[in-house]
Amino acid sequence: MYHKEKSIQIKSSASALYNNLSVLRIAPRCLTYFTVVHANVVNMVSASWDGLNFSHRQLQSKEGNIAASSSLIMQASWCVLPSRELLVLTSQKGIQMYESDGSIMVYWHALDNPETPTAQAVFARGIAAVRENYICVGISSGSVLVFDIPSKGSNVMLSEVLEEHRDAVTDMASECSGSLEYMADLVTADDSGLLCVWKSGEDFQLLHKIPGFDVSCSSVKLWKGTVAAGYGTGQIRIYEAVTGIVHAEVNAHARWIYSLDIAPFSGLLLSGAEDSLVRVWHLTMNPDANSVEVEHLYSECITDTQICGAKFCDGDGYAFAVTGYDLSEIIRYTQA
Amino acid sequence: MSSKTLPLLFINLGGEMLYILDQRLRAQNIPCDKAKKVMNDIITTMFNKKFLDELFKPQELYSKKALRTVFDRLAHASIMRLNQASMDKLYDLMTMAFKYQVLLCPRPKDILLVSFNHMDAIRDFVRDTPSILSQVDETYRQLIEMYTPLSGGEFQLIRQTLLIFFQDMHIRVSIFLKDKVQNSNGRFVLPTSGPVPFGTQIPGLIRMFSCSGDEVKRVQFRSAGNYSSALREGSFEMYGERVIKLGTNMYSVSRPVETHMSGASKNSAQHTKVSTAPNPLAKEELNLLARLMGGLEVRKPANPDSRFRVNLFATDEEEEEALISRPDELSYEVINIQATKQCRVSALLKATTTGGEFRPVTYGYKGPAGQRRASSDHG
Repeated sequence: MYHKEKSIQIKSSASALYNNLSVLRIAPRCLTYFTVVHANVVNMVSASWDGLNFSHRQLQSKEGNIAASSSLIMQASWCVLPSRELLVLTSQKGIQMYESDGSIMVYWHALDNPETPTAQAVFARGIAAVRENYICVGISSGSVLVFDIPSKGSNVMLSEVLEEHRDAVTDMASECSGSLEYMADLVTADDSGLLCVWKSGEDFQLLHKIPGFDVSCSSVKLWKGTVAAGYGTGQIRIYEAVTGIVHAEVNAHARWIYSLDIAPFSGLLLSGAEDSLVRVWHLTMNPDANSVEVEHLYSECITDTQICGAKFCDGDGYAFAVTGYDLSEIIRYTQA
Repeated sequence: MSSKTLPLLFINLGGEMLYILDQRLRAQNIPCDKAKKVMNDIITTMFNKKFLDELFKPQELYSKKALRTVFDRLAHASIMRLNQASMDKLYDLMTMAFKYQVLLCPRPKDILLVSFNHMDAIRDFVRDTPSILSQVDETYRQLIEMYTPLSGGEFQLIRQTLLIFFQDMHIRVSIFLKDKVQNSNGRFVLPTSGPVPFGTQIPGLIRMFSCSGDEVKRVQFRSAGNYSSALREGSFEMYGERVIKLGTNMYSVSRPVETHMSGASKNSAQHTKVSTAPNPLAKEELNLLARLMGGLEVRKPANPDSRFRVNLFATDEEEEEALISRPDELSYEVINIQATKQCRVSALLKATTTGGEFRPVTYGYKGPAGQRRASSDHG
């Protein structure tokens, strides 16, 4: 179904972090941007669609507004809003927001760091752009910060702090179908496996809490009112967001899942895990029966690699990209 | 990242070090009483209460430089001496072994079982010496207290922190190459077969449900792997069957310890060039290191003539050759703490060092020609 393309080399290897690959497709310029986190640095590479031109940039974690830092970055992700696209970095010290090409830092938010380290680690992790003007970021305490983003400029405001999770936030996702008909705008996940489903607004509203089963949920996606969640046990579960009804359970991987992605136009689901496998599934909605069918389409083994990032490169799922721990390349596949 | 990583890093690396030293002591036919003294002295130093109290405090992981310095000190806690080449090789072996164990752990929580495997072996080394045995038992209690309440997610954070520490290290280890657990490019073999981790199902089944919760369809897919059911869970108590084999002693007299320096991956140098952050060995870290080392009491040997040298290579010539040919990017640049007179560190060290005949081997900076400069040249 897919064949391997030429890999893109990156300046340093990928760290073992959940969801360690972000992709931004820039159709007007026939470019795709990729980011991969290595310790305290984000490797950005821009690839032209003809496969001939690559340009690299590295962003570093910060301490305060200016100083470069050795603090570790947990995640880097593009946030696509109607008015603009921002690149968000979350680290042990705070949250950095950049213009999408990484050229200018637009906003810095510092985390409350205690003087001496505490038993509970402090970091930010989990990033999602929600509806018209929000970017949400998770914290190790379980809090979710909601930022109000202006259509241009740097006047970003912290609008709200959502306190439902008791464990460290792992990932979050907003409704990616592009349709406004679904009530749930955002799903947030944590280390206990708890999923919280929200409706955005001036005050975010908690719609439902889907309980965990004491297994970390490391990656989550929301599509057509349906949650796809990947767990440390290697299982993928499909839920109806607002009710928490379980549509499907997949014994998908033999190790911890690190990354999930959905191609919104085709309903393809991509999963990558520590077991070296990337798998492609298809989700079929049956709105009449209120059920979802899951079909396995394709598997690829990236030999001797623990996968830490897997993302589709386009809305149809025609191509996808993969990163692995200790690998200095982005591996790409396109449909045959 | 996790502030609870250092004790696990230290204990597991220390355990590997003891396995290797034990093998070398036997291979070099060091007299039994001397060998036992070395092992006992090192273990006593490792499990010194003051030292462990510092270690178990919540803190970020040390830099590679700082940790290497701690292990240098530890390796010289007794009458045994190691030349730089042997110490380099020892540290390479220790770190690659633990990297392998961390990578291959079925579940992140199994890192604790790996640690217990090391602890079990250490306890066996000192089973005849009650005073040290009680120190070891106390450490078990501390490990159990600190780590058994942690969730899978918190263990994964610890694991991710360790993997960042080991990032880009691809030193080839002969025993791993022979056993086919490491490829010739230095990367470890990750099997796609064997038992699944405890708590995981064998991949292959898709179950679909109606909105009332009844299972309506079951489909098997081809999982591209050859997995079997999970083994029973290992014991997290002071005594018990650990089940996991990672962290048990893989060396024996007949299986020598060698590393290949040539062909070390070019990528291993990359990570050192990337960061433009301030000097990682900042004053704060030096102070932390001093407090940690302050607890590492080095005992004065009863008889200075009882000192002997251990070689991690087959011959002295090989050891000399290894020193000269070691690629610069793999040089550990051990801190010569005694040279930094300004810092209060040296005062602390003077209080613990015996001075006189027995001083730890100091490693100077390696110049471009690969020669060691004397410690007085250190800026």
